[in-house]
This record gives sequence, C-alpha cells and structure tokens, in this order.
Amino acid sequence: MNSRPYKVAVLGTGNIGTDLLLKIQRSELLECVAFVGRSFASAGMAKARSLGVFCSDQSIDYFRTTTQKIDLVFDATSAKDHAVHAPVFRELGIRAIDLTPAKIGSMCVPAVNLSECLDEWNINMVTCGGQASIPLAWAIGQTQDQIDYLEVVSSIASKSAGPATRLNLDEYIQTTEKGLKLLSGATRTKAILVLNPAVPCIDMQTTVFAKVKSPNLDSLKDVVAKIVSKIQAYVPGYRVVLGPIVDNDRITIMVRVRGIGDYLPEYAGNLDIINCAAIAMAEEYAKVEHGHT
Amino acid sequence: MGTPESQSVLITDSTLRDGNHAISHRLGVSDIADYCRFADAAKVPIVEIGHGNGLGASSLQVGLSAVDDLVMFETAKRNLSTSKLGIHVIPGFATIERDLKPALNAGVDVVRVASHCTEADITERHIGYCREQGKTVFGVLMMSHMAEIGVLCEEAKKMEVYGAEAVIIMDSSGTYLPGDVTERITRLRNSLGVPVGFHAHNNLGMAIANSVAAIAAGASLVDGSIRGFGAGAGNAQLEVLVAVLERMGIRTGIDLYKILDAGDMAQERFIEELPVIKSLSIVSGLAGVFSGFVKPVIRICADWGVDPRDVFFELGRRRAVAGQEDLILDVVKEMKGKGSNHE
Repeated sequence: MNSRPYKVAVLGTGNIGTDLLLKIQRSELLECVAFVGRSFASAGMAKARSLGVFCSDQSIDYFRTTTQKIDLVFDATSAKDHAVHAPVFRELGIRAIDLTPAKIGSMCVPAVNLSECLDEWNINMVTCGGQASIPLAWAIGQTQDQIDYLEVVSSIASKSAGPATRLNLDEYIQTTEKGLKLLSGATRTKAILVLNPAVPCIDMQTTVFAKVKSPNLDSLKDVVAKIVSKIQAYVPGYRVVLGPIVDNDRITIMVRVRGIGDYLPEYAGNLDIINCAAIAMAEEYAKVEHGHT
Repeated sequence: MGTPESQSVLITDSTLRDGNHAISHRLGVSDIADYCRFADAAKVPIVEIGHGNGLGASSLQVGLSAVDDLVMFETAKRNLSTSKLGIHVIPGFATIERDLKPALNAGVDVVRVASHCTEADITERHIGYCREQGKTVFGVLMMSHMAEIGVLCEEAKKMEVYGAEAVIIMDSSGTYLPGDVTERITRLRNSLGVPVGFHAHNNLGMAIANSVAAIAAGASLVDGSIRGFGAGAGNAQLEVLVAVLERMGIRTGIDLYKILDAGDMAQERFIEELPVIKSLSIVSGLAGVFSGFVKPVIRICADWGVDPRDVFFELGRRRAVAGQEDLILDVVKEMKGKGSNHE
C-alpha cells in the first residue's frame, strides 16, 4: 500500500490557520508542506517557522506557481477571498476544505455526512455552531415524524470571536440555518449567536430546541448517544450537558464544547470544533486516496 | 443646551417593546393600534415597537411573539402620524437581509442597534446599513453595569464611529443607584461627540431617580414605559417621568393629560399585572441579571422545585448576559442534581 503522507497546505495564517497547523503536526496521516499567508510578520507565521514548516507570503499566487505537490488545502481566509481561491484550487486539482462561510462547496459535518463528501473537490465546514448542533438536529430528524421548527442558540466567549466573526454575524446565522435545514430536514430553522465577555471565559455552549408533532425521546436518546460518540472521536471536548428532554413542549439538548488547546485557548471550543471537523475530513481523504488504514 | 429653562430631552416610549417582556411577548395587533393612537395624540416623540428582545428575536430561546414583526410595524405605522416608529435591533438575533431590510421598508424611522455593553463591534454593519438607508440610528449598550466605565466609554465611542447619532446605556438589571448613573453619564458625555441617553429599570426602585440623575448629568435621551410596563420590575414610568420633568422645567413635548389617558387605557387593555417590585426583581437587580429572565426562571424553577432566588444569584455569578436564557435550565438542573440526595 502507498503510505506516503498526504500533503496539505494551510492558506490563512490567523488563529484558525495556526491552530490547524498544530493539529496537522499531530496527525499521522497529514504532512503540512506549506503555510501560506500575506505577511511573514504575522504571529502565525512565526509559530510555523519555529516548527520548521515552509512558509510563503504569496497568498493564492504561491499555489499558482509552486512545483510542490499539494493534495489538499485548508482555506482559513475569508468568505470573500475563498470565492476567488476556489476556482484556482479546482483548476490545479487541489482539494479544498473551506473554513469560511463562503458556502461554495457541499456543507460537511463529518459525524453526519462524511462519506457523501468524499467525492467533492470543495467542502464547506458550515460554522462552529453548525458543527456543534447539526449532528443533534440530524438525530432529531432521524427519529421524529416531523420537525415543525428547529432553533439553535450558541453562546461563545467574547475573546474567541475575532474581528471577522464579529463583522460576519449575519453570514454565521445564514450559513448555520442553511446547514441545519439541509441536514435535518426541518423547513423552518433559526440560529442565534450570543457573545459573553465573562472572565474566566465561558466554554462554547450550544442548545438545540425542536418543536415536533409528538416527541419520541427513547429512540432520540439512542441516536444522540451514538452520534455524540462519533463526534467525540474527532472533538474530544464535546459533551452533552442536558437532555434530550422535553421541556415546555419542546425537545431540548444542550452541549458544551471545550477545545483541545492547541494554538487557541481551551475555552475556544467554537474554533476547535470546526478545525477538528476539518482535520477529520482531511484524514478521511488521506485514507481513501492513499490507502492509509 | 442654553439655560435650564430651555433644556429638553428626547423621550422614547418603550411600552410596546420592553412591555412585551411583561406579558411573554403576547401584545396583540389591537393593543398596538390603540396604544399608538394614544401615544401619537400625546405627541410622544418615538414609539418603540416589537418583541422584548427586539427585531427578529421571536424564538424558543427568548419567547415567541404573538404577532409577526412586520405586522406590528405596519399596524403601528398606520396609527402614528407625528410620533416616529422605533425598533430595537440586536445583531446575533436580527440580520440585515432577513429582518432589517423588510422592517425599514415597512416604515421604521428610528433604529436602535444594541449589543451587550462590551460587544459594540457587532453593531458596525447594522448601524452602517441603517445610516446608508437614511434612517435615524442610535447605539444601545445593554447590561451596562457589567462593564468598567472606561470600557463603556470605548464601546460607546465605537458606536459613534460606526455612525450612531446618539448612544444610550441600559440598566437592564435595574442595578444602578443614582450616583452610578451620574458617574457613567458624565464620563460618556466627556468622551463622546454625540448625545447620550439612559434606559432605566426599576428593580431597586430607582428608575425615576436614576433617569433624573442621568438628565442632570447631561443625558439628552431617556426612555420610559407607560405604568412602567416592562421586563421584571418594569421601566421608568413614563407618565411620572413626564410629570417630574415638567416640574424640573425640562421640555419633553409630551402632553401630560394625554399621556395620562394613554396610561389609563393601557392599564385597562393590556397591562395584565401592574409592575410592582416583587421579591425576584429585587434579587435579579442585586444579582445583576437581566430583568427579562424573571418569567422563564419562575416557570423552570416551579417545574423542577428549585428556589428561584438561588438561581438568580448563580446566574449572576456565571455572568449570564441577555439572550442566554438557555443557561437557566442548565443552572436549575445543576442545583437539582446537588440537592438530589434528599430524594
């Protein structure tokens, strides 16, 4: 069996990109061949250099001109930038995992639709709230006759929400709602995001509420337990803190996500979960394409 | 502002928005129509309408509205001739495309874009959008007691930079004493180039006193609600505020007799229970927890058999912010777990 490492690059050297780099370094299946941004002066670039990882400040042009073989790229720039990058990666035959809310590729939540994403050239990791809530919404969709309405509230530590998140709350809401609809079958969905500045910082908390015809909790508990252990395989800090229960005529499930603390602090479970999901997908591509087992 | 005799303040009537908290967001179309007619007749400058948590907030998390946002605004618009129609908008609940655009099309005149007191940068796009559309835009910092004064001034300044034409601080938990208000309004006045406003809650019986302190310190916008109809212990009672300001020689433009009539009508029509400072409102004021939490706290504590006072203090200890109503269930469950040895 061919077992050469699967060669990946990170585009975007902010917090998300740098945290991804540390997760790639820990992976037995992935090798980071390039860490690419716009400025060698960024903190992320300094971190990458200290790890001996090749760095480039040529942004998307690096990919256009390099002779380095790259199997897959993580795009941790912005939705606007990813719209420009996506066709370039496709043309170069580089698979793209999009961590922005650009929504160009198929929406991917590994615990729910990992296998359906394996033929895609561009997958979108939805949002942090989406990664935390969609598996639970899917479980509700699998076990209840009909979801009349589904709502997801995420509270995150203010310190874990960078300037891009703050400017893009509307995109967060739209992308999360779209992902929820797509993967749960609910026709009406609502996403709410609350920033909490408490010190010490709060862990990410996500609550899923569902209005269904007649709640069937027994089968839901089984399916939730199974999917939660699936998520925990790639997000160790994911845990159910409440439910599923029926409170005030609605199904309620609450989870909390504590990060691994690679580059980002542990309270930033919201950033950790989307990165863990992206790494899980990259490793899956590595297994499929390179016969890793 | 000239001599004290010529001083005026701009009043926003939050009866049909904050009051919605008091009746679990069940204000009906005819309540809105009737109250708007009375407020308009009383020449109230700005009548605020909507779900208690504002535009797009109708949800399982913070309560479902009886009436759609747009129906509320269209109803209000039809019944207001000189009063302006205002809304409260919290990014994270309301988006520009889904909520704000249609609201502006429905005739909203004044948009108050709000965030938790330390998170002003989430308001940049919403404020910018409303300014581009030629609307009057104010910034609102909620739960303002949770920020140090220096931080509060920085956050208010951000809103001014984004285009807010005034910045209003809310005492959402009714925690302030008059001295706290004087200090904050004075510092804000010194840091901002735009007018400063104050929104009071009455948990500790200070709503009118705090509004007076705000005005004395230079606030030129204040909020009131008829009969104090609002979240928890209620707001500054509007008709009292108008009377007090009249005694102080400060112009509001509001007709006293007609606003008294509006109060009598509202009390008869939709104020199911006159706001009084109940035990839990005192506790929520002391704990610094958002006044709007009181209804869900009562319901959940009754279901689970937990002392709601303990729940408020625990929520305060966890520094819960408005919009985190799902934390109530978490806190209650944890307390129930601790006490479960007795079962």
